[in-house]
Amino acid sequence: MLQITKTPKCYVGGKFIRSESGRVYEMRSSSGDFLANIPLCSRKDLRNAVEAAASAGPGWAGRSPYNRAQILYRIAEMLESRFAELAHATSEREVRATIDRIVHFAGWADKYEQVLGSVNPVASPHFNFTVTEPMGIIGILAPEDAPLLALMTLVLPAIVSGNAVVALASESQPYPSILLGEMLAVSDLPGGVVNLLTGSRSELIPTFATHEHLRAVSATATKAEATTLQQGAAESVKRVVIHAPKTDWFAGIHDSPYAIRDFVEAKTVWHPIGS
Amino acid sequence: MTTFPLRRLLDEIGAVDAIGVEERVAKYTTRSIKNRSKVFGLKLATSMVDLTTLEGKDTPGKVASLCRKALCPHPEGDVPRVAAVCVYPSMVRHAAKHVKGTEVRIASVATAFPSGQTPLKTRLGEVRQAVADGADEIDMVINRGAFLSGEFDRMQDEIAAVVEACGDATLKVILETSELETYDNIRAASVLAMRVIRPGDFIKTSTGKTSSNATLANQQVMLDAIRDHYLATGTEIAMKPAGGIKTAKQALHFLVAVKETLGDRWLTNTRYRFGASSLLNDLLRQLEKQRTGAYQAPWTFTEDSGGY
Repeated sequence: MLQITKTPKCYVGGKFIRSESGRVYEMRSSSGDFLANIPLCSRKDLRNAVEAAASAGPGWAGRSPYNRAQILYRIAEMLESRFAELAHATSEREVRATIDRIVHFAGWADKYEQVLGSVNPVASPHFNFTVTEPMGIIGILAPEDAPLLALMTLVLPAIVSGNAVVALASESQPYPSILLGEMLAVSDLPGGVVNLLTGSRSELIPTFATHEHLRAVSATATKAEATTLQQGAAESVKRVVIHAPKTDWFAGIHDSPYAIRDFVEAKTVWHPIGS
Repeated sequence: MTTFPLRRLLDEIGAVDAIGVEERVAKYTTRSIKNRSKVFGLKLATSMVDLTTLEGKDTPGKVASLCRKALCPHPEGDVPRVAAVCVYPSMVRHAAKHVKGTEVRIASVATAFPSGQTPLKTRLGEVRQAVADGADEIDMVINRGAFLSGEFDRMQDEIAAVVEACGDATLKVILETSELETYDNIRAASVLAMRVIRPGDFIKTSTGKTSSNATLANQQVMLDAIRDHYLATGTEIAMKPAGGIKTAKQALHFLVAVKETLGDRWLTNTRYRFGASSLLNDLLRQLEKQRTGAYQAPWTFTEDSGGY
């Protein structure tokens, strides 16, 4: 039988793209055999992904929380159906933990508001309450290890509340993110809500830092990278959440709904009531 | 045997090679434009914008903020003013309060825009009123029904009547390319219009109110017609694509087409305009990117409602 080699592509705006630059880098197996050419995305690809996120975002944020829950659950179903392929690219344990985490956050979609929102006591005749709203477009820098689990651990708390994300996958192990894109494409997630880029961290971090349209960055970063991100973020007034490179992504702490709080804005309403 | 008027006209002016036009315009989008040329192009495009609002919900207040935007598109980075504001006739006097006496001109659509389906007398009255209220430029629509049924003389007579009603105001003749169906028709309508308008008047692609708007190919057919007309008569007719040009990149592609078809003489806002509403903000966005090095959010610029 004729062997058909695969062209891995990035999942951006609901479509599978090559880098606009036409550049690629080689992905090799642990024994050094050539496996595939992975897109080496450029600043312009990042910009295009942000535009895609911007057009998908309002519709996603407008979905009912219950509907977002259903869609996230559907993503888990899609991963489940290609379990073996994903496990081959990562490990069985990692895929299982990823699916569990997706289902876990799917459950939070219509529940986090009860935890993060509040009714506030005030000393005037007002009914005062706080609700959360998604921030907008979130940039995500995945770590080199746990290429599937860590990526989803950073993506899920952002999208569950109605944000859209542009994520840069693990540079050394990009293939799971390519597979993930193929699964997102057949889930009911609207195209453009999750955009997955592959390429060089050092090349793209400055653009993640300075792009004004990104409202927050969730990054696994070294000290030097964190400094670059924070300096750029200071200029463009964005929130930065840094995770240490040696994080244990399997740990239960990553199931905390307070990760969702990192990417919402609080809106407080003063509603007059009779005294 | 009768010969059809369009056939006769095309025998005279030459038909359009559709595949040739489409291949040619496909090449325009592949030019590599380096940073200095890009900044030049973006500023040039900004100076060519007819900043437009043509909605039933327009108010004097909306027109006032449009005029302020036209006078100062962005406070930083040495951004030029736009060429004109383009409004409905009833808004001309409101625009006049803000931009009369500046280099920003007032353009008004008239002649029962966008359909043109009212009696000629009514359309001419609309043009005269807009000019009296202070319009420097009139955007008229041609009688597509007359053109498509072969009544070329009637179509030309109506344009000539509007030219007369314009007085000193510049005229832009909207062909509404999407309703003309074929490239041959676009070329024929361009030539018919150019024969009755004055040097410096415009031909314009679309109203922006139909499903398909200005495309590179439609513009190319019109630019070729302008070039042929210039070579035959020495008369310089100006060009205005309108509708559907939303991004700075598209605008640069359109300018490449002008440069390569008509040359530098047409790279000025007296010979070329963009009819657009959202284009200006994307031009400003790209100029700010070039100036600061950081990609910009849409809400950095005024008159943008995109909040996400």
